[in-house]
Amino acid sequence: MARTPGKPVVDEKSATASGGEDDLKEATPRKITRRCFLGTMTAVGASTLISPSHLNAAEGFEGWPNRFGMLTDLTACVGCRSCEKACNEANKLPRPSAPFDDASVFNDKRRPDAKAYTVVNRYADPKDKNKFVYRKMQCNHCNEPACATACPIHAYNKTPEGPVVYNENLCFGCRYCMTACPFYVPAYDYDSALEPKIVKCTMCYGRVKTGGIPACAEACPMGAITFGKRNDLLKLAREKISKSPDRYIDHIYGEQEVGGTSWLYISGVPFEHLGFPTNLPKRPLLEETKGFLSAVPLVFTVWPALFGMCYAALRHRDEAAKEKAETEKKEEVKHE
Amino acid sequence: MSDGATRTENFRSWFMDKLLMGMTWPEYIRTLITPFNIVAALILSVGLPLIAMRFMFGLATITHASNDYPWGLLLGWGLFGGVPLSATGFVMATAYYIFGFKKYHPLVRLAVLTGLLGYFFAVIYLLTDLGRPWRIYYPMTIAFGTASVLFLVAWHVATYLTVQLIEFSPAILEWIRSRRVRKWALRITIGMTIGGIILSTLHQSALGAMFLLAPGKVHPLWYSSYIPIFYLSSSVYAALAMVIVVSTLVARFLRNRADENFLGNLDRLTLGLGKGAGIGIYVYFALKVLGVAHDDHWALLNTPYGYWFLVEILFFVLLPGLIFTCGVKKQRVGAVRFAAFFAVIGIIVNRLNITIITFNWNLPGHLHHIIPPWQEVAVVMSIATIHILLFRWILNRMPVLREEPGYEAH
Ligand code: SF4
Ligand code: SF4
Ligand code: SF4
Repeated sequence: MARTPGKPVVDEKSATASGGEDDLKEATPRKITRRCFLGTMTAVGASTLISPSHLNAAEGFEGWPNRFGMLTDLTACVGCRSCEKACNEANKLPRPSAPFDDASVFNDKRRPDAKAYTVVNRYADPKDKNKFVYRKMQCNHCNEPACATACPIHAYNKTPEGPVVYNENLCFGCRYCMTACPFYVPAYDYDSALEPKIVKCTMCYGRVKTGGIPACAEACPMGAITFGKRNDLLKLAREKISKSPDRYIDHIYGEQEVGGTSWLYISGVPFEHLGFPTNLPKRPLLEETKGFLSAVPLVFTVWPALFGMCYAALRHRDEAAKEKAETEKKEEVKHE
Repeated sequence: MSDGATRTENFRSWFMDKLLMGMTWPEYIRTLITPFNIVAALILSVGLPLIAMRFMFGLATITHASNDYPWGLLLGWGLFGGVPLSATGFVMATAYYIFGFKKYHPLVRLAVLTGLLGYFFAVIYLLTDLGRPWRIYYPMTIAFGTASVLFLVAWHVATYLTVQLIEFSPAILEWIRSRRVRKWALRITIGMTIGGIILSTLHQSALGAMFLLAPGKVHPLWYSSYIPIFYLSSSVYAALAMVIVVSTLVARFLRNRADENFLGNLDRLTLGLGKGAGIGIYVYFALKVLGVAHDDHWALLNTPYGYWFLVEILFFVLLPGLIFTCGVKKQRVGAVRFAAFFAVIGIIVNRLNITIITFNWNLPGHLHHIIPPWQEVAVVMSIATIHILLFRWILNRMPVLREEPGYEAH
């Protein structure tokens, strides 16, 4: 079913450009409307008209040349947690139980949660057991965010500037976005009964939109977090790697993972040692479900015809049998 | 007697006849004191307060409240496990109305009711698990995530629930003796059945397709681009096995609600269903093997998760299939029934494997995270108990296992 016969597969090029997404979105409901069943699908079709079409714009698509990103240089990070503190203050998050200069938090591997958009974790340096490597973790603001693909209410939005933002007013809390996010980012505030919501880094969208830079990048005393145009950051990262090949491994994490992310990382140790998922495909995750969704109109058009025919054949057989029985009966009467 | 008094009297007799099954209140209450009901009451006395707490204090009171494991038993069991077992209505209605397997008539209503309640309770589990269940209609009216597989599932489950209600409505209408409406309901049976086929094929497979978005999280042996087909094909045999399971249970525990047509034909029909289920299992088994071959995952079979995968497909899938085949060949209804229970458990194992047991298999300490808290288990057990009680309530009153005198079959 992944690649359904009878429906041309969207070719790779148009799929990675944002057109791919639109193709998919329109193809599915529009065809359904034609076979409008129970009026249901009319409404689904109508959704195509209503829903904004800029969900998941993709890398390589010339439409967003100004898209921003972040570059974290993990070799520069010293684990001071200034970024955590800055994020906490800038976003008015609740005060954590342990202060930001408490190094004991490094004993556990933490993840972003309902009270923190970002956390820094400590890992043993595989090259030198006495040294540590630190990794800052937060939403990667994917080019084709799986969270946005997953959400049935379109509560996520990939903004033209780059940040992936979430709208609490739409969310009903199914948490499929959490299941889908390949980087284990969205958190849920399970403790709230009335207004639980997804919590995740916004890439300081409010600041970015008005020409500012994200709080964590501003706060980092080591300059480990750089904010800028994603294209420039890629160039910068490449430069850094080629200038000091001993310092860095030759991989920009986020350049290609799941179709690329706005947040990029360079590191001195292989990423799998730092808890980064390394088993991810290079193509956007929405590609995985595209084949299935393109089969939907097929089912809506072929099934009624097929099963309708079966039923018609059955009726025909029944009626023929009945007629035959009746003629036989009549003949019997005649013979008598 | 005044008009009002007559009306009250009419209502009283209607109430006694329909709801108390012809008994007075004290008589009715006395019949309720049975060992089963006492156990049910005990379960509910623990679970219902927990459900209330969940809505007062948030999901954290009954679930793990884990950010890495957003879904637990409520969805793994209730939605992903419940929906394939509720394919009964779609499978039996298709066989009976579209393909003309007329001899299964005594089982069709039971199958439709099993499906209807199965979906209804899948939605109940979902509502318990959603962060803001009062927004359940949002995907239908407020905003549309048309690229989301869950969007499709939401639409289809909602629509199909309505379709099943219409399919089952003749039984309700016979019960309240509404001959005219019943006639209308019967007219659209075929349309509803074909609608049911479309919706079921799509959302059964969509439940599997939901996991396509998480290639990094589902174990590679269970993650396959064929997963929608696996889900669909297993739901077909799951449905046949489930009809056998449910009919076995009602023939045993609600014997007095069934007529001769049902009880007398049951063994013969069970053998027929068993034959179908056996074939369904072989098809599914072959597909699963193809899936491993397609992704060339043979080497993974020789890992701990690989052994568990083999247990699933050999012990929980192939073995019940073989028992079905032997049972049918030797005309041993008991064996077929055993195989059906076994196959149903196998389906649940498969769905739990994908949603819970192997999901996030590569996270450290994974297996410690998947043991559900007792509160969640208690809530699941309570909802399942209410499911059974409602099922029994309906079978006790409406013509499902019997034909209503004066109404022709359809
Ligand atoms: S990292 Fe996760 S939450 Fe952030 S945009 Fe990507 S998929 Fe969405
Ligand atoms: S939890 Fe909210 S944001 Fe996430 S997928 Fe569900 S509705 Fe969308
Ligand atoms: S970009 Fe903003 S929201 Fe995201 S981690 Fe940095 S400070 Fe926090």
